[in-house]
Amino acid sequence: MVEPLLELRGVNKSFGVVHVLHDVDFAVYPGQVTALVGDNGAGKSTLVKIIAGIYGRDSGEYHFDGKAVEVHGPRDVAALGVEVVYQDLALCDNLDIVENMFLGREETTRLGLDEVTMETRARETLASLSVRTVKSVRQSVASLSGGQRQTVAIAKAVLWNSKVVLLDEPTAALGVAQTRQVLDLVRRLADRGLGVVLISHNMGDVLEVADRITALYLGRVAADVPAKDLTHSQIVELITAGRSGDLGIADPATATV
Amino acid sequence: MTAHTDTASAPAPASSGFDNDNRQAATIGDAARDYVNRLRGGDMGLLPAILGLVALLVIFASLNDRFLTTYNMANLVIQASSIIVLAMGIVFVLLLGEIDLSAGVAGGACATITALMLIDYDWTWWMATLAGVAFGAVIGLAIGSLVSFLGIPSFVVTLAFFLGLQAVPLRLIGSGGSLRFNDPVLRGMSIKNVPVTAGWIAAIVIVVAFAALSLWRYRSLSAKGLVHAPIGLVVIKIAVLAAVVLGLTALLSANRAPNPDLFDISGVPWVAPVVIALLLFWTFVLTKTRFGRHLYAVGGNAEAARRAGINVQRVRIMAFVICTSMAALAGLLSASYTGKVSPGSGGGNVLLYAVAAAVIGGTSLFGGRGRAIDAVIGGLVIATISNGLGLLNQAAYINFVVTGGVLLLAASVDAISRRRRSSAGV
Ligand SMILES: Nc1ncnc2c1ncn2[C@@H]1O[C@H](COP(=O)(O)OP(=O)(O)O)[C@@H](O)[C@H]1O
Ligand SMILES: [Mg+2]
Repeated sequence: MVEPLLELRGVNKSFGVVHVLHDVDFAVYPGQVTALVGDNGAGKSTLVKIIAGIYGRDSGEYHFDGKAVEVHGPRDVAALGVEVVYQDLALCDNLDIVENMFLGREETTRLGLDEVTMETRARETLASLSVRTVKSVRQSVASLSGGQRQTVAIAKAVLWNSKVVLLDEPTAALGVAQTRQVLDLVRRLADRGLGVVLISHNMGDVLEVADRITALYLGRVAADVPAKDLTHSQIVELITAGRSGDLGIADPATATV
Repeated sequence: MTAHTDTASAPAPASSGFDNDNRQAATIGDAARDYVNRLRGGDMGLLPAILGLVALLVIFASLNDRFLTTYNMANLVIQASSIIVLAMGIVFVLLLGEIDLSAGVAGGACATITALMLIDYDWTWWMATLAGVAFGAVIGLAIGSLVSFLGIPSFVVTLAFFLGLQAVPLRLIGSGGSLRFNDPVLRGMSIKNVPVTAGWIAAIVIVVAFAALSLWRYRSLSAKGLVHAPIGLVVIKIAVLAAVVLGLTALLSANRAPNPDLFDISGVPWVAPVVIALLLFWTFVLTKTRFGRHLYAVGGNAEAARRAGINVQRVRIMAFVICTSMAALAGLLSASYTGKVSPGSGGGNVLLYAVAAAVIGGTSLFGGRGRAIDAVIGGLVIATISNGLGLLNQAAYINFVVTGGVLLLAASVDAISRRRRSSAGV
């Protein structure tokens, strides 16, 4: 069995009195797509933001490449090679595509920002992802469609030779063709050897691209199993009831928020 | 500055991948169409301010024949300088969607410090200036920290500072008093002129440098296949800049003394190179440095900036520090013009003028959009209104009403263009 690239152990997180994550174990393997599924409010986005270093965790360990690491913010996580594409896309509407892709990590020369390098690399990355729908890399992000924004956000994550990419509901707002493109992209990232985490509500998408499935139920891990061992209806049961056959939380009725 | 090529012609063939995207609006016609599209989308740029400035010049020239004299034009430039410098500082906080209501009186307090250093401690002009600017920076640090760390809305923090800072000159000068401001260098900024020959040399250097830089940029961008503006547009920009710079220099190099046989008043006032240097410096910071990029990012989407690893609090504090430091310079320029600092310096409509200047120039009150040049054009508009109305011998209240109206108009244009931008998605 391959070692996980990124692993959380026993993570708890509360917002005030609301206990959102309970002793969550979560692992991401290189070259695999791990689907993180769960109902609305199950805590998926919160887990992603903890991995991203946006939220601190109340308890639990953060391991990367087999070693425990301390992360104190988005910068530390990015330095590990972990990139996140957020559900609420983190793009600045007033900046153009290149500026967004390099935000916070701008290339510079002695004379200031190195627009030449940045524009060239942005264009190369978009081309390597076979993005065809964007007219100009100097277009402001405000002028892009939902699918194009999603593509820019993913391209931004890929630009950095990252090792782990997390995508929080990347296809939720997309049409059929754009969803197809994004799923192909997700598969291609994993085939490059990256650890990919995909959050999605679409079971078809999940079963198509995922290698592993981790199901969250009210902030608890209900199952963490290879995708091929699960059927569509089993996943739905895990999501809605926290149990399916002998899989799942022992007694979901006692699980409270 | 980025060349926008959004609307250029045919879409790339489906099989071609991304490397066939548009790099250039091929002709000036395309570039003009781009611009019209941006206008429709609500991105006004400098155009309304420039048109407004021309309209004001025409109106005041037709109402009063002393208005367009070179003597008055030079006067207008000097009056505009302190508004412009303050507005340039205000642009930084507006970029973040914040406001600094105390910047005007902070300038007055800083000028008081500088004047005291000059008079009571015999400091040289640049040390006294540094003291004033340092005082401004400390005020900005305090405001920025309160806004950033405690999360108090900036208009509340700066309203408190607006009240509190008026105590500084009142305490140091005493009510009814004033400090003379007659250091040869500092006072000279407003009442002395650059020697005519030096003025011409500087003007030509500016034009040549701008032309060389623009053409070099055009060549290197097009050679590397990066997005760039069409050559026609580059040439037009150079021509416009040359016309403005050389024209103004010619105007100000003539002897403008009301009594030309007795006196010789000619040359560009020293405030002009001061303003130009600040303009170049801040334009560089805003467009060519990481800090500048981060300012726009925080103003556009603070959460996205935070997730990108930008230290949003530091950026916010720096914006206030820059704003108040520039306010200190503006206070000095204003004292230089009047020759004194009094407890009322920087009060009244000084701040309103500066905010209006920035917004008229095209800086958005909602954050994320603004440039240093906005302050220059907007400041000239405001100074023209105040200078022109002054010549017409209107009662002071008219000035307040007109300036307030202009600010409201500019803010409305800003709000409407923002709505159109979000619906047109440009
Ligand atoms: N910043 C926050 N403050 C308070 N509660 C939050 C916050 N973010 C999320 N929550 C709560 O945490 C729970 C999980 O939310 P989230 O992680 O967004 O779920 P999911 O992404 O699985 O739909 C929800 O009950 C939500 O209301
Ligand atoms: Mg979510």
